[in-house]
Formats: sequence, C-alpha cells, structure tokens
Amino acid sequence: MADRHPEPDSPELRARWGNFAWTAENAEKAKEIIARYPAGRQRSAVMPLLDLAQRQVGAEENTQGWLPLPVMEYVAAQLDMPIIRVLEVATFYTMYNIQPVGRFHVQVCGTTPCMLRGSDDIMAACKAKGLKKGHTTPDGLFTLTEVECMGNCASAPMVQINDDNYEDLTAERVTHILDELAAGRQPKTGTQEPGRHTVEPAGALSNLTAMVSENHDYRGEW
Amino acid sequence: MALADKDRIFTNVYGFQPWNLKAAQARGDWDNTRDLLARGQDAIIEEIKASGLRGRGGAGFPTGMKWSFMPKESKDGRPSFLVINADESEPGSCKDREIIRHDPHKLIEGALVAGYAMRARAAYIYIRGEYIREAETLFAAVREAYDAGLLGKNACGSGYDFDVFVHRGAGAYICGEETAMIESLEGKKGQPRLKPPFPAGAGLYGCPTTVNNVESIAVAPTILRRGAAWFSSFGRDNNKGTKLFQISGHVNRPCVVEEEMSIPFSELIEKHCGGIRGGKDNLLAVIPGGSSVPLVPAEQIWDAPMDFDGLRALGSGLGTAAVIVMDKSTDIVRAISRLSYFYKHESCGQCTPCREGTGWMWRVMERLRTGDADLAEIDMLQEVTKQVEGHTICALGDAAAWPIQGLIRHFRPEIERRIAVRAGDVREAAE
Repeated sequence: MADRHPEPDSPELRARWGNFAWTAENAEKAKEIIARYPAGRQRSAVMPLLDLAQRQVGAEENTQGWLPLPVMEYVAAQLDMPIIRVLEVATFYTMYNIQPVGRFHVQVCGTTPCMLRGSDDIMAACKAKGLKKGHTTPDGLFTLTEVECMGNCASAPMVQINDDNYEDLTAERVTHILDELAAGRQPKTGTQEPGRHTVEPAGALSNLTAMVSENHDYRGEW
Repeated sequence: MALADKDRIFTNVYGFQPWNLKAAQARGDWDNTRDLLARGQDAIIEEIKASGLRGRGGAGFPTGMKWSFMPKESKDGRPSFLVINADESEPGSCKDREIIRHDPHKLIEGALVAGYAMRARAAYIYIRGEYIREAETLFAAVREAYDAGLLGKNACGSGYDFDVFVHRGAGAYICGEETAMIESLEGKKGQPRLKPPFPAGAGLYGCPTTVNNVESIAVAPTILRRGAAWFSSFGRDNNKGTKLFQISGHVNRPCVVEEEMSIPFSELIEKHCGGIRGGKDNLLAVIPGGSSVPLVPAEQIWDAPMDFDGLRALGSGLGTAAVIVMDKSTDIVRAISRLSYFYKHESCGQCTPCREGTGWMWRVMERLRTGDADLAEIDMLQEVTKQVEGHTICALGDAAAWPIQGLIRHFRPEIERRIAVRAGDVREAAE
C-alpha cells in the first residue's frame, strides 16, 4: 500500500479553508456530475467531486491543488456521506494530493518499462535541477514524485506534469521542459522525439502509411 | 503472413487523423449502426461467440459467452449495466490509451452494440485518472455522439434507449479488477469483492453487470460488419482475431501495433520494432503480457507464437499483449524487483497475504538484487510467493508472485552469483 498521510487539522487550516464553497461555474459542474449517477447513488460522484475540489483549490493558490480536510467535509456534506468515507477515498487514491503541492507536480514514472528506457536519468536530471523526491522546491514551483506505470510504455521514459505528459525523454529534454515551465512558457507536450507523431515506430512506419496524409477509408479494399 | 492494413480495425491508432465524429464516420464508424442492432440481441451475441473473440484485458475469457450470462429479462425491475474497463494500469500496457485518444468512436459505438446485446440500460466507461487528456477526448466524443442522436433516447433510431457515462479513476491499479472497479464506481475505496455473487448476478448498485476491456468492446462493431468468419480467419484455433501489441523496452523502435494473433515474436519485433537493440543475440528475456506474467528467456520466446495458448505453453501468458523486451544490459533482478515494488505500492490492503506479502517479497528482492542474502532465502522467497498466490480475494497477489517465480525459474544462477560475489567481497574485506 502507498504510505500516505493527510495534512493534519489545525486552526490555521480551518481559517484558510473553512469557508470553501464551489465557484458558480464549479457548482454547475458538480450538479452535472451528480446527475451521471442514478438517483440515490450520489455517492458515486465522490471521486469526480474531489477532483473538481482539488482543481479549485489549485486555481485559488496557483498550484496543482490539494484537499484540505475542510474541503473534504464540504464534499461529504454535498453528497450526504460521512466524512470518514470521503477521507477513505481521498487517502486511497494516489491522485488526490492530501498535502500541499507546488505549482507543477512533476511525476516521474519509474516502473520497469520506463526504467529500461532510462528513467534513472530522468530522475537524476530532476534532482540536478534542485527537485527532491517527496518535496516541493523552496520557491513553490516544483513538487517531485516517483509514480507507478502511467501507461505510456511505448514512448518511455515519461513524466506527467499536472495535466500533460512528456514522453520519449532524455535528461536534456526533461531539463529543457523544467526550464521552460519555470520561465512561464508551455513546452510541447507528448513525445519529445523529433519526427515522431505518437506511438508509431519512429522514423520507419511499418503499417497504416496511407493514414499519414489522408483520412483513408479502407472499406473499399475489404 | 502479416496483417494487411485493410484488415486493421484501429486504422487511426497513431492519431495521424482527427478523432472526431466526422472523421470517424469517414473511416467507417457509426455506419448504419441501426441495422447492426436490428439483427437482435441473440444474433449479435452468437456472431461474437462465433468470431472467437477472447477478452482483451488479460484473462482471455470468451467475450460472447460473457455477454450471454446477462439476464434476458429483468424479473425484479433491476436494470443491467455495462462497465467498460479503461483503467489501463498494467506496466507495459498502453493500447487502450491509443484507442481512447485517437479512435474513441469505435469504443462508444461498441458500447452501444454490446450494451444492447446484453440488454443493459447504460454503460459506464471507467478511465484511469492519469489519462487526463484522453478522458477529455472521451467526454467530448460522447457529447458528439449524443448530439448526433447516436446515444440517448432512441439511440441511432433503433428504438432502444442507451446512455454512456465516463467516470475517471484517481490512481489505483487495483481498480482494473472488475469488482474493485464496481466498488470504485459506487464511490468507495477500490477493494475487490468476494465472488460469488458474480457481477452478472449482482454488480454495480447490486444490478447485473458485465465488465469488459476497452479493446474487447471497441472491436465488436467491426466484427459484426465484417463477420465472424473474417475475424476468426486470423490467429490459431482458440486464439482468433487481431490484437493490439504494445512493445516497450530494448527494441530499436518501441510502438503500439495491431497485428494478427499468433504472430511469432521474432516477426513482430523485426517487422515493426526494427529488431532488438544490439541485435538478436543481445536479447536476454521478454515479459510478453504485461508485468503480471512470468518472463520468458530469449531462446524460448524467439519463435513462439504470440497468443494465449502459445505463451501459456512457455509458462507465461499473453495478458494484455504488453511486450516488455530486455536486452543483456538489463539488471534482470532489479527489473523484477521494481515490479515487486509496484505491487507493494498497489496492493489495496484488504487481504493479509498480499498486503504483508508484497512488501516482504519486495524487501527480499532488493536484498537479492545486491546479493545481500543467504542462498536459502531464494527457496524461502519461492515458498512465500506460493503462500501469497491463490490466497487472496483477487489476482493481485498472484500477479505479484508470478514475476518472482519466473525470475527464480529462469535466472536462479544469476541470483546465486550475486550472493556468492557479495559473500566473497565480505571475506576479502575481513582478511
């Protein structure tokens, strides 16, 4: 199991987040989310609502966002759930940050397929930029986490930074990406391999070549 | 004979063309879906059965048979549900991501066809939380389908009402297990349920439920259009059809590619991946079906057919067809130990043998990696894997045990060598 501990309750935490409420836009979104599930099964919405709440917290403090206890209580009240059931969910699923994080959450995949393609170098490059596993840099810019397989194995190694993936990395490429983000610019997302589109065999397309230039309809050849 | 492009189902798997409805329809999706449905539920299930399609999520259970377990009528008013497993988290697996972000309409049309065949009221697509941009595409594609009248009331003008909802996970490998997925959909921790009752009897919200992998669902409309005979013309008996292979690790060109089932490993690698890094002789071992299956050494895998039965005969499995290739530069003990860490991290904590065992096995693996162990501990580790295997509610315990068993089976001399080297170092230092 993952070793995870929520940020402890404190008067400061209550003072900062005790009045948490949805923005008008998110209140609408929350309503739409709850409607995806059958009446009386609103509890099913706890995961998307926690995600929404984390994003709202993130927007307020200009970070990736996290879930202070009062925010979880707010979600629990809306879904008519005991707070412990919400806390259980928030601690079980690793994408909920239950402690504060930085502006950019750098998640380096370290599982075997990425490891074979050089994720050690990626981790080392992050460390060379002053990032430390499990910590946020003093300027609040970067939080570094090693994560388990992210499903980008054919374009490994990769990092996910907030909502975007950066694939086919080398130490130089990830350093460049971190520099760009620190400078307030958005680097190219997806594969970083020049000439590669997504997960095709790079540089020597072995199949579906007709698709490159046109939206080919193969039905005529059936 | 290799698969021709015209026989590939996922023609936009590389995303060279747009994913949207208009482009998907130009490629043949949503083409008179109403007529497919008009064949009737039983005819659809029979066609899928005849095609020989086996579940693409790893276990390889016949898909048509799974659908036929669903009740034909609701005696007590409970609706039925289809849950589509897009919680792709098995290390090495990266195929559902390509379907969802580049060909989502194949999945959504499949959801309608499969849902109709099993008489489901709605489908929930459970997509792993880390697929953030992919989920955005999927939400948008579902919206397009509703706006075009392909889903919702009177879907495709068929007279059948069917809804598709997308549910995002939040980072838990275990939710790929079908009952954990159902728990998670109900807003709980994803801890697997005991079976029976099986989901087809009591699943989501206590209603009859079938959980299918993304690929199994997404291929269904094409099978219906081209016929069971077409699909079953690929692959060996009992291993029919086409399959998305995902090749990662030490090949010259890692990629995702749709190929014929039973394609020999060597052909798959030479044709699409530019061969093994450093040449054939540099191959050490292959994990042919995602992290949960035991590795296969180079000499056994080279000519092996990549299908369920061919890999089982080698003491491994096809799993999700996530082929992890390792050349001779690999620290093989570390590669497996890293998987042990993965399972330790992802154990849901419900069953003691798995919760405690995965951590224990990882710690011993780390000592074997450096050789800081006693020779007898290899057998002890083997014995512990046997104590975990088969003694847990779900298969995560088994999945944690098998890679280690495969390592000990094939690379025991390497483990022993490390222990001997380290012991030798210690003695030298003492002298």
